[in-house]
Amino acid sequence: MKNKMNHKLTLKQTLDKLKGNELTLDELYSDINQSISEQNKELNVYLTLDEKSLEKAKAAATSPLMGVPIAVKDNYCTKDLRTTASSLVLEDFIPTYESTVSKKLKKAGGVVIGKTNMDAWAHGSSTETSQYGRTLNPRNTDYLPGGSSGGSAAAVAANMCIAALGTETAGSIRQPAAWCGVVGLKPTYGRCSRYGIVAMCSSTDSPGPITKTVEDSAILLNYIAGHDPLEGTTATLEVPDFTKSLDKGVEGMKIGYLYKDLKGLEEIRSIFSEQMEVFKKLGATVDVVDAMDPKHGVSIYTIVQRGEVSSNLGRYDGIRYGNDRSFFGDEAKRRVMLGTYTLSKGYADQYYNTAQKVRTLYIKDYERLFKEYDVLVAPTSPWYAKKIGATEGAAMFGELEDLLIEASSLSGLPGISIPCYKDEKTNLYLGMNIIAPMYREDLVIQVADAYEKATKWNSWRK
Amino acid sequence: MSNKITTAQIKHIADLASIPISEKEENSLRDAFEETLDVISELQSVDVTGVEPTHQVTGFENVLREDIVNEENMFSQADALKNSKHTYDGYFVVPRIIDEK
Repeated sequence: MKNKMNHKLTLKQTLDKLKGNELTLDELYSDINQSISEQNKELNVYLTLDEKSLEKAKAAATSPLMGVPIAVKDNYCTKDLRTTASSLVLEDFIPTYESTVSKKLKKAGGVVIGKTNMDAWAHGSSTETSQYGRTLNPRNTDYLPGGSSGGSAAAVAANMCIAALGTETAGSIRQPAAWCGVVGLKPTYGRCSRYGIVAMCSSTDSPGPITKTVEDSAILLNYIAGHDPLEGTTATLEVPDFTKSLDKGVEGMKIGYLYKDLKGLEEIRSIFSEQMEVFKKLGATVDVVDAMDPKHGVSIYTIVQRGEVSSNLGRYDGIRYGNDRSFFGDEAKRRVMLGTYTLSKGYADQYYNTAQKVRTLYIKDYERLFKEYDVLVAPTSPWYAKKIGATEGAAMFGELEDLLIEASSLSGLPGISIPCYKDEKTNLYLGMNIIAPMYREDLVIQVADAYEKATKWNSWRK
Repeated sequence: MSNKITTAQIKHIADLASIPISEKEENSLRDAFEETLDVISELQSVDVTGVEPTHQVTGFENVLREDIVNEENMFSQADALKNSKHTYDGYFVVPRIIDEK
C-alpha cells in the first residue's frame, strides 16, 4: 500500500483530520506501521509492539484522542504488554496492572502502539545503557538520541508514532527531546502520577509528553495530569486547560536568561543570544540573570539519585517477577552500589544530608528569580547530540550532559525543551529549556508556543 | 584522585547491596567510584550552616486515604503468581536464607 505520509501529522492535525473524516484509522495505522517496519530495525526505537493496536484504536474512535497511536517509554507498566525498563532483569515481565498515566491516556482514547527503548532503569542520558542495544538518533544515525527517554524522542522525530510519553528525573524528557529536535515537556513534580512507573528517583520522577509541537504537548498534558488517590505525592490542585495557553504571545512578559556566562558554553552562547532577540521582537523583556552555579546540581543529583536507586532497586529479587540481581547491567550496579555507600553510616551526613541542604539553596534561589521573572530560559544541553559510543568508560556521562537541568528538576519545577537551532551540516538540533514556578506549566507552554510559531526551527511547521 | 576506595570496600558494598560481581568488575567499579566521588566531593565547599534539608518538594505531610478496599485495584492469586519463575501450591518459592546448622 502506498504511504500517504499520515505518519508525519502532528497530534492536532491527526485529530482534526479524523474529526473531519479526511482520514481513517486504517489509513493512519497503515502509514505508521509502515514507518515503523522501515525504520525500527536500524533505529531500535521499539522493544515491544502491540499487535492489537488498530483494533484498540477502532474501539476508542469516539473518545477525545480518537485512537491515535502513542509511543510509551518502557518503564510505564502496561497491563498485558511486556514492560522491561530496558533491563534484562525484567525481560519477560508482563504487568498485571496499568500505570495511572497510561490508564488516563487510554481512557482518553490514546492507544499504546508500543514500548520504547530507554537507558536501563532510566539510568543515563544516552539510551546506550539499554540492555537491548542503543537507539540511534533519527536526525543523524552517527549520533545518540539522548536519554533516558531516547526511544520516545526518536519515535517522535522519526514519525514512528503521532506523539509519545516519557519520564524525567533530571533531563530525561528534555535532553533527548533537544538532541532529537522534538518537544519535551517535564511537568511539575506531582502534577502527573508516578503510580505504576518503574521507580527510579522517587523524589523527582515526573512523567510527561514528548511531541512534535508545543500544542501537542498541551493536548496530551490535559489528559495525563491530575491528582491520583493511589499516589500520595500528586497535587490536589485543579488541572487547567493547557491548550488555553496557546496563541497568547509573550508581550509584556519578563524572561530571565540563565547561565549566559557559564564556562563551557562559549560555543552555544552566540546562537542563544540571537534567539533571545526573538522574544524581544515579540514584546517580552529579556534580562541576563545571575543564578546559583549549576555544578552543585550535578553533585546533589548524583547523591540523591544513587541513594534513591539503591533503595528502589532493592525490590528486584527475582522472586515475585523478573530475573535475579545477577542480571543488572554495569550502570545499575554502579548506581545501586554508590547509593549504598553514600547512605551508609559515617558517610550519610557528608554526602546525602549535605546534598539535601544545598537542594534547599537552589529552591530559594529560584524563588528569588521568580519574584522578578515569569520564566527562565537556558540551553537544554551544553551542545549538540554526542556520537554513538560516547558513554563508554564515562561513569558521570549523564550527569554532566544534564548540568543545565538538574538544579531545576531537584526543585520540582516544570520545564519544556523546544528546538531552537539546527546545524545544517549534521542535521542536529539544539534545544531551549524554559522553566517556570511550581504548577505553572501554562507559562512554559505559552512562551514555548510563541517562540515555536515565530521561528522556523520546528520541523513539522510549514 | 583524592578519594581512595579499596577493592575490599567494593566487595563489602556489593555484598550489602546483594549484587554479585566478578574480580574484573571490582576494579572497574572502584575506578567508577573514585571518578564519581571526585565530582561530588565539590559539595563540601558549599556553606550550609543553618540550612534545612529538602527531602521532597510538595510540602505534603501524612497523605492518607480512607481504609476501604479498592476492588478495582485487586488481582487474583493466579495473576499475582504468574510472573514468578518459582511457585509451589499457590506460594512464591524463596531461596533459603537460614543455614540448617
